[in-house]
Amino acid sequence: MASGVKPRVKVPKKAAAGETITIKTLISHKMESGQRKDDDGNIIPRSIINRFTADFNGQNVIDVTLEPAISTNPYFQFEAVVPETGEFKFTWYDDDGSVYDTSKKITVN
Amino acid sequence: MELTRRKILALGSSTFALASLTSLPVFASTTDDEIAALTGGAELGEGAITLTAPEIAENGNTVPIAFDAPGAVEVTLFADGNPVPNVATFKFGPLSASRSASTRIRLATTQDVVAIAKMEDGSFQTAKANVKVTIGGCGG
Repeated sequence: MASGVKPRVKVPKKAAAGETITIKTLISHKMESGQRKDDDGNIIPRSIINRFTADFNGQNVIDVTLEPAISTNPYFQFEAVVPETGEFKFTWYDDDGSVYDTSKKITVN
Repeated sequence: MELTRRKILALGSSTFALASLTSLPVFASTTDDEIAALTGGAELGEGAITLTAPEIAENGNTVPIAFDAPGAVEVTLFADGNPVPNVATFKFGPLSASRSASTRIRLATTQDVVAIAKMEDGSFQTAKANVKVTIGGCGG
């Protein structure tokens, strides 16, 4: 597992039913592109997060395939509809097989 | 054959010219190839996607990119001047409110960022934005 990986997600705590909310996600990850060389001229092997998904109560919101051209600490902002009270689940998949996830609850009044 | 100094020089320069000719258009063609592979050679419409990118990016390591493609099911971003043109593919699920997203990408040099959207009816839309990069973002 790459060291120091910490997901951060911003989701409002409350929403009206059917309301559109904006979600911001960021995960600390070096996203080594596989293009860089170290001081001795050896290529530093690629090590990136290759997939990110966001789901709400088991239904998909967005599914992103990442390539090495995504910056260090991958950031995404997108919009989702909230039909009912529930939980957003965010999952990041690392090249080395690690999976990082975090969840956020949202209440519909 | 007797190798004189003159013959060796002539030989060397001709092979060099050949090598530089074949290696020149490498980046541009791969982006076109990738787009063709994605769309299956279908015609690309324009106007349905808005691609927002800065005109000048001082740091190629983090260039903010946003797109809005109403009616799209899938949006793929390409950077035609990068060593690997693919940037990211966004697939939208049933609970996605708008077909828009924003992220930060790496750009190696001044180039076009291209977005290809697959629409609900199976057609493809495209949008392009030129970004001038002051410091490239692919490392030495």
